[in-house]
Amino acid sequence: MTTVTTQIKLTPEHGARPGVSMRSRLQDALPKIVLAPSFAITIVFVYGFILWTVYLSFTNSKTFPSYALTGPRAYQRLWRWTFESDPPSSWYTSIINMGIFGFLYIFICLALGLFLAILLDQKIRGEGVLRPIYLYPMALSFIVTGVAWKWFLDPGLGLEQTLHQWGWTSFHFDWIKNKDFVIYTVVIAGVWQASGFIMAMFLAGLRGIDGEIMKAAQIDGATTFQLYRRIVIPLLRPVFLSAFIVLAHLAIKSYDLVVALTSGGPGGSAWLPSNFMYEYTFKRNEMAVGSASAVIMLMTITAIIVPYLYSELREKPR
Amino acid sequence: MLRKLLIGTALGSGLAFAAHAQDVKEVEMLHWWTSGGEAAALNVLKEDLAKQGFAWKDVPVAGGGGDAAMTALKAMVAAGNYPTASQMLGYTVLDYAAAGVMGDLTEAAVKEGWDKSVPAALQKFSVYDGKWVAAPVNVHSVNWLWINKAVMDKIGGTEPKTFDEFVALLDKAKAAGVIPLALGGQNWQEATMFDSVVLSTGGPEFYKKAFNDLDEEQLKSDTMKKSFDNLAKLVTYVDPNFSGRDWNLATAMVIKGDALVQVMGDWAKGEFNAAKKTPGTDFLCYRFPGTDGSVVYNSDMFGMFGVPEDRKAAQVALATATLSKSFQSAFNVVKGSVPARTDVPDTDFDACGKKGIADLKAANEGGTLFGSLAQGYGAPPAVANAYKDVVSKFVHGQIKTSDEAVTQLVNAIEDAK
Repeated sequence: MTTVTTQIKLTPEHGARPGVSMRSRLQDALPKIVLAPSFAITIVFVYGFILWTVYLSFTNSKTFPSYALTGPRAYQRLWRWTFESDPPSSWYTSIINMGIFGFLYIFICLALGLFLAILLDQKIRGEGVLRPIYLYPMALSFIVTGVAWKWFLDPGLGLEQTLHQWGWTSFHFDWIKNKDFVIYTVVIAGVWQASGFIMAMFLAGLRGIDGEIMKAAQIDGATTFQLYRRIVIPLLRPVFLSAFIVLAHLAIKSYDLVVALTSGGPGGSAWLPSNFMYEYTFKRNEMAVGSASAVIMLMTITAIIVPYLYSELREKPR
Repeated sequence: MLRKLLIGTALGSGLAFAAHAQDVKEVEMLHWWTSGGEAAALNVLKEDLAKQGFAWKDVPVAGGGGDAAMTALKAMVAAGNYPTASQMLGYTVLDYAAAGVMGDLTEAAVKEGWDKSVPAALQKFSVYDGKWVAAPVNVHSVNWLWINKAVMDKIGGTEPKTFDEFVALLDKAKAAGVIPLALGGQNWQEATMFDSVVLSTGGPEFYKKAFNDLDEEQLKSDTMKKSFDNLAKLVTYVDPNFSGRDWNLATAMVIKGDALVQVMGDWAKGEFNAAKKTPGTDFLCYRFPGTDGSVVYNSDMFGMFGVPEDRKAAQVALATATLSKSFQSAFNVVKGSVPARTDVPDTDFDACGKKGIADLKAANEGGTLFGSLAQGYGAPPAVANAYKDVVSKFVHGQIKTSDEAVTQLVNAIEDAK
């Protein structure tokens, strides 16, 4: 990337000189030529299709796209469904679930990841063995995680059944079959998968902190708790930013985890907005509603991420 | 590669000959028949075509109701990469035909006399705008009970003739410590069972008005409320672990004797067959109590796509083989359904199959052959899915009373229309 900028900066000087050779002109243009395909692909397949989705959400598309604009009917329907809480509409369930899942998933992953990282950072023996054990779940796909936890949490197959066989017959854990708790099983599986990775990120951050600062604080009489509370955690702020962004995007795209773990849950009670979008666009032949829900998801993400990024990144030049 | 071959041959021996000689001897078939009985049934067609020299390119997309397969199909069609044929259900065929991507089999249909032998109710879905666009493979009926005979004998039960007798039978099973009703808690299975409950509670006339004509008066009537109450009663007999279970696992519970009965379409018989069970001695098939004389059907169709000329011959061979009497008989014996043409002899069928064929014929003549709403033969997919939503939410407790269920049903169907 650095080379590219330098080359481009050089261009005017070169170009101004008369009679430059073909070769050097080509050399100047090369970075642009090389970048052009990926630039074009991004423009078309990311931003182009975002615009196309926005357009479709204002049409009356059913099974296949139709191009006649028919107004914001899809949004009106979603708006109405947003407030249908009893019995919950599928859209209402999806956004409430997104709130519960997004908050718990990000919060628990950050807390657990930081806690594990701090423990591992105590120069304990066997760290080389422990670290990969925690990190390993991240190597699995959501589908594998989902299926494994589905079996583990199934009352007839997994944990409950095993404990019953061992004699603890009063044990009861059927969250995965329960419409009110099924979303928390998604949180459990998601946290299990991602917290090790977040731990690795924090561990790298901790290793990057200058030991001199710690020593200085200790000499000043700071307790271990104060040390972490006042010095270490504030210094880890950039890691929090990276971890938050990684987790937020994982949370939003957890479609496959929900499908593999719960197949949508009892009566669709485990749906996330991504499931809603897929169901309506591809299974129910209501492409306009599906597109509208996708647009709303994009808007929501933008509304959360952009201010956060802005507030974090603006302090950099200081 | 193919194009190169074509051009090469054309240069050598003239275009007309080349186009003929290079016909692609292959059918590409998208389907969701991946479970034991189903896969065995499809194999019959595969072998039929192999005898004629056509290779079979399988595109299986697993998942009971075919949702995943339909998504795959949509992607293939959007990319212009049409399969030769795809397993399709009801309104989906018409949707694709309206989009103008289906082929035309009328020539073969006239030659083989399909319009006379295929029931009119099915032709509503296989003929679009006067053109044959799909070959019906079978007729399934949804209103069946599948009962484990050993369990039935143990509890001393007899065939239930009314809904109340059915409930009494379930009580007996419960008292004997068996799971009375095997159900998979996925929305399409719950809605499929509810189709039968509605037919049983309200009778044929009511079913047709409510679920085929979508008459609002009927949808919010007291009879519909009663149907939901009856469904709620049935749900009290399932095991606590039913949510999310696949239909063939529920059938397996009946086969193994863990459960007494499953309410399921006759594709369940394919699973009994695959487990080497015999009707009458190992298991029993009865019509859902109170629905004798009516048939709530769905039908698997092979939708035929508008493939290029060089693949056309293979497509016609596939369609003709599909609707041949020998295949209709051989296939449906394995699959558990009944032939999609009424002139196929029932000699090879077991007791359940013979009853199914006779019932279909009677229902076809008596006007009691109705499309299943849960299976996409009662109304277009948006409505059918709205219906499944409501039934599923009722079964799992998001919708608490039958009053509320009826209101939701009316709203959801109105919304989706």
